[in-house]
Amino acid sequence: MAAAEPDFLTPRPARVLSRRRETRESVTIALEAAGEAWLPGQFNMLYAFGVGEVPISISGDPGRPDRLVHTVRSVGMVSEALCRLRPGQWVGVRGPFGSTWPLAAARGRDVLLVAGGVGLAPLRPVVSELCRHRPDYRRVTLLYGARAPGDLLFRRELERWGHRVDVLVTVDRAAPGWTGDVGVVGSLLPRAAFDPEGGVAMVCGPEVMMRFALADLRRLGLAERAAWISMERNMHCAVGLCGHCQLGPAFVCREGPVFRADAVAWALGVREV
Amino acid sequence: MLTVAEAVARCPLFDGLPRRYQELIAGCARFVRFDADVAIFLEGQPADRFFVLREGRVTLEVFSPERGRIVVQTLGPGDALGWSWLFPPYRWHLDAMARERVAAVAFDGACLRGKCHEDHLLGHLLMERFGDLMLQRLQATRLQLLDVYAHGSR
Repeated sequence: MAAAEPDFLTPRPARVLSRRRETRESVTIALEAAGEAWLPGQFNMLYAFGVGEVPISISGDPGRPDRLVHTVRSVGMVSEALCRLRPGQWVGVRGPFGSTWPLAAARGRDVLLVAGGVGLAPLRPVVSELCRHRPDYRRVTLLYGARAPGDLLFRRELERWGHRVDVLVTVDRAAPGWTGDVGVVGSLLPRAAFDPEGGVAMVCGPEVMMRFALADLRRLGLAERAAWISMERNMHCAVGLCGHCQLGPAFVCREGPVFRADAVAWALGVREV
Repeated sequence: MLTVAEAVARCPLFDGLPRRYQELIAGCARFVRFDADVAIFLEGQPADRFFVLREGRVTLEVFSPERGRIVVQTLGPGDALGWSWLFPPYRWHLDAMARERVAAVAFDGACLRGKCHEDHLLGHLLMERFGDLMLQRLQATRLQLLDVYAHGSR
């Protein structure tokens, strides 16, 4: 008798272990893991019972396999319900799904991470890995841009990461008392210790921010084949069956969400895609 | 010890300019330093020079009686500061404050404008570079205005 196919379409219940408010709109929840093997860049479908299901990138530390961590921004009914979850409550989980950040390809090279807004969440596991295996990589720089100081995620970690990698933070709009940088995230690029000849860039944020960041990286001399971006689309099945997240010849849930930039950069400038 | 001419040659703004022009420009340049929290220039003052930052960060600010100092941009090492020296009435439009100890190369605006009048190719090359700088800053400002982080789950 043939072995049963794994059921990718049925959520398993997972208990909420902890909840931390990151910003006015964002919350990080840690779920009890069931031994799922996941890699930085992948996502899970989180099901708020009775409300609905959404794709959320895994934002945890790969060195903590006992916890499945996600950072959720409340932008709709489902994400709002996820943000309301409290420790002890239950959520449905399917996954992990999708492609991963190119950590193996980045070994021995300069690494530049460019994150905008909640786009830092999918890159957080990358930073954890880079910090843990710091000698395996050359210069590592994280550029992080947010709307305002109150919208910055992982504030304590940003400080901690700063001991292992270069961290430059900027906001679009300063608030009283803010002593950090003001300006778009791309304006930090000239200060990044990064060799575009042999370096690798990973970019994650709103699509328009990634479009501009890729243009800045091209200007710096980085080839598109050396940059990776994480795309976001309307994912439903997460296994390439339903077609909701189709992006040209690819399904973002299956071939993505992490793509090499030269494979999808065309889509960033197409209004209908 | 680094000479002014060597520092000018290392400025990203002048990268790739013919050596003779870098030397001409260096003739209008000198090293300057500012302590933290010192005003490098203030809105309305004569814009008689510009700077290329070597160390430290500078904020461009607008003062509002209701809201106090509003930071609109932060500049760092390698960045050019100031273009009001290029256009009449040669007055600063913003305040520039040293947020930490700043080392910079300062360029005398009248001296450089004089050299541009004498050698139009130099003037053209400088205008190209400042035009590109303004374009980049304008695009960055537009991106800030777009408020790209306001919507979506990222």
